[in-house]
Amino acid sequence: MSDVMHNFELYQPDSVQGAADLLDEFEDAWVIAGAKDSLGWFKDRVIQPSVVVDIGGIAELSGIEETDDGGLYIGATTTLTDVVESPLVKERYPILSLAASKVASPQIRNAGTIGGNISQDTRCVYYRSGFPCYRAGGNTCYANTPTAMNRDHALFEVSRCVAVTPSDTAPAMVALDATMVIRSKGEDIEVPASEYFIGPEIDITRMTALEHGDILLGIRLPGAWANARHYFEKAADRNTWDFALVSITMVAKMAGGAIEDVSMVCGGVQCTPRKLTEVEDVIRGEVPNSDVETLVRRVASRGAQPLNFNHFKIPLMESLAARAVRSLA
Amino acid sequence: MDSSGPYDPTLDYPEGPAIAEIAGGGDIKPWRPLHVSRRNFLRGVVCSGIVVGGASYLFSTATPARADARGVERMMSLMVNGKTHHVDVAPNETLGYTVRYRLGLTGTKIGCNQAECGACTVMADGRTIYSCSTLTHRMRGKDIVTVEGIASADGTLHPVQQAFIDELAPQCGFCTPGQVVAGVALLNANPNPTEEEARVAMSGNLCRCGAYEHYLRGVMKAAREV
Repeated sequence: MSDVMHNFELYQPDSVQGAADLLDEFEDAWVIAGAKDSLGWFKDRVIQPSVVVDIGGIAELSGIEETDDGGLYIGATTTLTDVVESPLVKERYPILSLAASKVASPQIRNAGTIGGNISQDTRCVYYRSGFPCYRAGGNTCYANTPTAMNRDHALFEVSRCVAVTPSDTAPAMVALDATMVIRSKGEDIEVPASEYFIGPEIDITRMTALEHGDILLGIRLPGAWANARHYFEKAADRNTWDFALVSITMVAKMAGGAIEDVSMVCGGVQCTPRKLTEVEDVIRGEVPNSDVETLVRRVASRGAQPLNFNHFKIPLMESLAARAVRSLA
Repeated sequence: MDSSGPYDPTLDYPEGPAIAEIAGGGDIKPWRPLHVSRRNFLRGVVCSGIVVGGASYLFSTATPARADARGVERMMSLMVNGKTHHVDVAPNETLGYTVRYRLGLTGTKIGCNQAECGACTVMADGRTIYSCSTLTHRMRGKDIVTVEGIASADGTLHPVQQAFIDELAPQCGFCTPGQVVAGVALLNANPNPTEEEARVAMSGNLCRCGAYEHYLRGVMKAAREV
């Protein structure tokens, strides 16, 4: 049950530098923008920072611009609705517009930000409920036991923690080879999406490369994948509000009916968006047909290690990958 | 007031000499001013009690004095339904709390209080948001419209509200304020939505009575009339 939030000091700096200074000063400062993820934590009283820094009002962090290489730069606090409706995104990266349009509900998309969506914490019900699990700094996993409710959990790359990435747009970032621009220790660094999302073997207590004091400034989408063929499908229990059980995100370039280049990423099966490199290798250069689809089904979920209640994700994942390939025919 | 027809609780009681006359000599004093409707009298009692008692318990006494001048100023201006209100808002206060318990706009309902159900939906700069999961301080400078601001000043219902009545959309009615705001926001942005667009726009509002089709028909009916 949710509750009135604990008391905290709220800061609303009007510049990135102001926000960074506050984060340096206060050890337990917590950053919010749309706050759709954070207020849940606060109301459940699982996380109670004494200082909250609201970066949602910083003008330089919001907006969508064209870049010189034909790509786009999306400010971290641009709302999901703005991403969905942006003519630039629709024209160059319809996959991102589509993925963002499937996030949660209209009201959440109107307030939630793209930076927050990709950086949100996992939705593992045990972790969210305040269980002292590995991810919360404890020494056990409550989801990976014979009786645990783990139908939402991971198939791949489990290392103690079996939580999955809940984001719908994070797989699109990996598929599009996006780069995250981060203000870290006074300088701006760029981190490729494939390294931005981190699994439990790197650090079990966080989902992204962001460390305390870092601020995600924006996302750089390279021109390489602009205007490519695309496919996005999200399988969830409900059409609205729900997180993906499995989602598939694909961009592809075609040449004479054959797949010239392809990037396919699967969400909801691993702690990070899972790039299906084996599928990509199988279909690159092929003309999509039913034989290729059969091959895709064979390799899509190779290496999966299901838990007690999430076996269904394996055929789901195989089917979604096959359907993505079929859409290119 | 027309005495025939079904009982309508939304109509205010007429001013009346009734009680004094019935008492026959003025010994019995009316228990409330006669020009105040029962609904508004109760609303006043409830709201003032909660603001004076509840809010100070929840926020003020438990919040230490502002230690850092760089933090947000508690006193803020909030533009709600076209009026600017000056309110004292705690840093951890949500918009849903502010409009209900500080401004007395109790049409906005707090259902799940975790951004799932949509009963608390209000508009900020024309876009729907969950007021239960929005910090009020984030709303500085925004134009907020709650369900109280939907009907026109003379009480004429918005076409969406009228259509919901005509289509028998509300059953228990708890989700209705949120449904109204979501429907109006849709028609403001897109006066001719397809049924699919309306379905998506209303998808952030749960109705435990399951009257989704009624609400959808109401929005489509209003769209034809707007």
